[in-house]
Amino acid sequence: MNYELPMINSNNETPQMDLTNNISKDTDVKIWFKAARVEAFPENGGACVRYKDLQIAVFNFTRRNEWYACQNMCPHKMQMVLSRGMIGSHQGEPKIACPFHKRTFSLKTGECLNTDECAITVYPVRIENGYVHIGLTA
Amino acid sequence: MSRVIVVGNGMVGYKFCEKLRSRSKEHEIIVYGEEPRPAYDRVHLSSYFSGSTAEDLLMAPVSWYVENNVELFTSELVIEVNRENKTVKTHTGKVDHYDYLVLATGSSAFVPTVEGVERHGVFVYRTIEDLNQIIDYGKKVKKAAVLGGGLLGLEAAKALLDLGLETHVIEFAPRLMPRQIDDTGSAVLAHKLSQLGITIHLNKNTKKIAGNGKLEGLEFTDGSSLAIEMLVISAGIRPRDELAKANSLKVNPRGGVMVDDHLRTSDESIFAIGEVAVHNNMVYGLVAPGYEMADIVARQIIGEPSKLFTGFDMSTKLKLIGVDVASFGDPFGEITPSIPIAFQDKRNGVYKRINISEDGKHLLGGILIGDASQYNIFHQMVVNKMPLPAQPESLIIGSPGKNEPEGAGVKSLPDTAQICSCENITKGDLVSQITEHGATTVDDLKKKTKACTGCGGCTPMVNDILKITLESLGHKVKKTLCEHFEYSRQELYDIIKVKGIKSYDVLLNSVGRGDGCEICKPAVASLLSSIWNELIAEQDTIQDTNDRYLANIQRGGTYSVVPRIAGGEITPGKLMAIGRIAQKYGLYTKITGGQRIDMFGARVDQLPEIWEELIAEGFESGHAYGKALRTIKSCVGSTWCRYGVQDSVSFAIFIEDRYKGLRAPHKLKGAVSGCIRECAEAQSKDFGIIATEKGWNLYVGGNGGARPQHAKLLVNDVDTETCVKLIDRFLMFYIKTADPLTRTATWLNKLEGGLDYLRDVIVNDSLGIGEELEMEMKELIANYHCEWKKVVENPELRERYKHFINDDEPDTTLAFVEMRDQKIPIDWHKK
Ligand SMILES: Cc1cc2nc3c(=O)[nH]c(=O)nc-3n(C[C@H](O)[C@H](O)[C@H](O)COP(=O)(O)OP(=O)(O)OC[C@H]3O[C@@H](n4cnc5c(N)ncnc54)[C@H](O)[C@@H]3O)c2cc1C
Ligand code: SF4
Ligand code: SF4
Ligand code: FES
Repeated sequence: MNYELPMINSNNETPQMDLTNNISKDTDVKIWFKAARVEAFPENGGACVRYKDLQIAVFNFTRRNEWYACQNMCPHKMQMVLSRGMIGSHQGEPKIACPFHKRTFSLKTGECLNTDECAITVYPVRIENGYVHIGLTA
Repeated sequence: MSRVIVVGNGMVGYKFCEKLRSRSKEHEIIVYGEEPRPAYDRVHLSSYFSGSTAEDLLMAPVSWYVENNVELFTSELVIEVNRENKTVKTHTGKVDHYDYLVLATGSSAFVPTVEGVERHGVFVYRTIEDLNQIIDYGKKVKKAAVLGGGLLGLEAAKALLDLGLETHVIEFAPRLMPRQIDDTGSAVLAHKLSQLGITIHLNKNTKKIAGNGKLEGLEFTDGSSLAIEMLVISAGIRPRDELAKANSLKVNPRGGVMVDDHLRTSDESIFAIGEVAVHNNMVYGLVAPGYEMADIVARQIIGEPSKLFTGFDMSTKLKLIGVDVASFGDPFGEITPSIPIAFQDKRNGVYKRINISEDGKHLLGGILIGDASQYNIFHQMVVNKMPLPAQPESLIIGSPGKNEPEGAGVKSLPDTAQICSCENITKGDLVSQITEHGATTVDDLKKKTKACTGCGGCTPMVNDILKITLESLGHKVKKTLCEHFEYSRQELYDIIKVKGIKSYDVLLNSVGRGDGCEICKPAVASLLSSIWNELIAEQDTIQDTNDRYLANIQRGGTYSVVPRIAGGEITPGKLMAIGRIAQKYGLYTKITGGQRIDMFGARVDQLPEIWEELIAEGFESGHAYGKALRTIKSCVGSTWCRYGVQDSVSFAIFIEDRYKGLRAPHKLKGAVSGCIRECAEAQSKDFGIIATEKGWNLYVGGNGGARPQHAKLLVNDVDTETCVKLIDRFLMFYIKTADPLTRTATWLNKLEGGLDYLRDVIVNDSLGIGEELEMEMKELIANYHCEWKKVVENPELRERYKHFINDDEPDTTLAFVEMRDQKIPIDWHKK
């Protein structure tokens, strides 16, 4: 099994995301959560990881050798599904399309690219020693 | 800087804030709105019944007001204006000072004084609150009526019908929509509406709303009566001029605040816009004129020279009702002398009337019922006084556009032609965005001009303008798939086939660019399986979620499982097996429209286990998740039915087994009926077969769904072997040439030469490709596999069926409630 304990696990609360600013910069990161081995993720696709009660969608852009992460919940109908969506690009900007109604969101800014749907939270991702780490701000 | 107070946060009031703010950052904007929520899209109010939420309808979210520094007070009614001190007072006692006051108080529903209007069960149709009450009350009753057969009344009637109520429409005049259409038009419309299930009562003057506390029925002056339990009044609008009246601003005796061409009231500092304003004795009950007024006032307040308001065209197209209705220009031809030309097709319920000027040169107005596809272009012809063709009757006789190249209509429009009336965008505006600012897609145009973002009605014309303008620039306009592939689906089909490409990545590397998207990935996935029919699970991340998990995603994020039940025939033993498995996994079961059984509510991690059990009982995948062959529906035919002339069940099973797993640009459905009574509804399918004494009649290109269409007869009285051969060819030809996500009906409608051409290719083999098509089909059939079985037997593929990859737990946010002894997911949003 790929299950790994979080690297830092001092408090047992659910991390509170700062929703006023949905892009957390590397410098704001308080915890680098060690999620799973790189091979556990499909190529050019996504999977969902769990950190306590938080569901995070992680995407492996194999073609560009880039990784992105965002909340798993689609803000349109509050469904825990973004990890099952299709990844792609819009004029170079990496994006994710919700499998339900194809709202698309930038994975760089979290912004919704096709309607006024509210933005999603995105998280920085780091690969170290073959493991995917997700930067959390709390 | 001056302080602008807006009274009323409706569609027009909101538009005014948007327009003023986009021109000036300095003006203070304060808005008082009586309703509990920010402005919402009243025009699409009825979509509240079909699933839009109050949030979906908002013109802009609350954050917009904050970000744009527009101070909004909701649930706050302005009750007084002090013109000397230039202040307003609200019902909470708050007093606020203004330099300019903009009245955008709209109107309320006009409720005639009929005895009993105060009874329980009587409603109006104007706000979200009204709709909530109608929905609640509608649950308790069975019979309802709408008072008023105008534009809004009919929309309300459709809403009641959708609530499942027996629906009546009561109209005082001798015809429906008396202000927009004529008697013949009304008769055609009434007939169509009665087919939908709405009963129309004309010439009825309501004397009394009877009942005892709550409503029980209507009594009319002619002595007749109608028993109903609920009434929605839609008898017109009444401008909300009470503030103006109380402050001795000039009001119209029939209601409404009088304004001049600058939209000024009789007080220099007070403007009135939208439905509350009366200009030249007219109240404009539509958004487009309201938006124009908002624009004019915003320009004046910042001191920019503005054009004057000189009236507005009241052409309309009715939406949502299930019958096209449009009226444009001078529909009755009474304003200037004119000659009417009319066309009526009773069989299809189509009525078209155009009024042309006496010299035959111009179109003045008209009415379209049953088919309003020409509305946009006719409307443009009127507004722009475009010259008519030599035989004006050709405009309405014969099927529109058949012989013209796509988009030809907009070519002749002048640059000043207004295309998007909500945002006042002209053809010239759009063209210059394309020629000078590099717009190449409708999306570009939407972003840059806001065209299409209001009612959306102009989108087809914007599309056409884009196309012809790009063409005139020498761009070869191709139907490219998306920004990642500069090819049409048909071209990609050939590339994949000729180059022998078997994966999406290879295709993207060799002829595409970027990372792909949700449009090209599933389209290419479908092509790959239509050409090679290899296991789609090998390339799971380019599939739509349904194909990725070989099941249908449903509300809440669980999946439904549909095993194949060919022809709808199933043994009692297999029925019990489904029952047992569904019970074991706690699945909700329902019979589908395609004569099989759908099991809902399976978690992603349960799917392989469920399939394994189904396979052990002799089932296989039903491909309900794919753009693929779904079902071949059948009636029992000659085996049991006393009328049957052929064995329709056996033939249906044979056909379903033959094409199962076949992937296509869109889903495919078929049916076989055992005689002309057509119990299997074969004529509503992509291909339908009806038994005759001599063999089979084959129909193609039918469709249920949102735009139902009857299939067309391709050949009659053919034997079984020929019938199968022709279906092979038909399906393969469709698979090779259709655009992505195009059903056979739409494909056939767009096919140049139509049914005759198709018959030539398929039956007479005019292109000489018949045998090739048959061979290709044969290969696909030979490559059939049950996709579930492949996953069940492959541990690596099975491993992908998990919600979390770092945890074996299922998704804990899934939640269900019980309904009629089964589970269903909780509502959207309620988590
Ligand atoms: C069901 C329905 C379907 C329609 N379909 C179409 C269509 O297809 N096409 C079309 O063009 N038009 C359509 N219309 C008409 C269109 O909605 C109106 O023309 C438009 O909403 C008018 O905008 P407005 O801002 O003038 O008025 P409103 O949208 O009515 O807004 C006025 C607002 O002011 C508030 N208010 C009033 N008095 C006060 C006060 N004293 N203090 C504070 N607030 C106050 C009201 O509560 C209201 O919220 C439709 C209308 C309805 C009801
Ligand atoms: S279509 Fe004909 S054969 Fe089939 S059930 Fe109906 S009546 Fe019987
Ligand atoms: S099953 Fe079809 S018709 Fe029914 S709600 Fe879903 S999409 Fe609409
Ligand atoms: S739930 Fe994601 S787009 Fe609708």
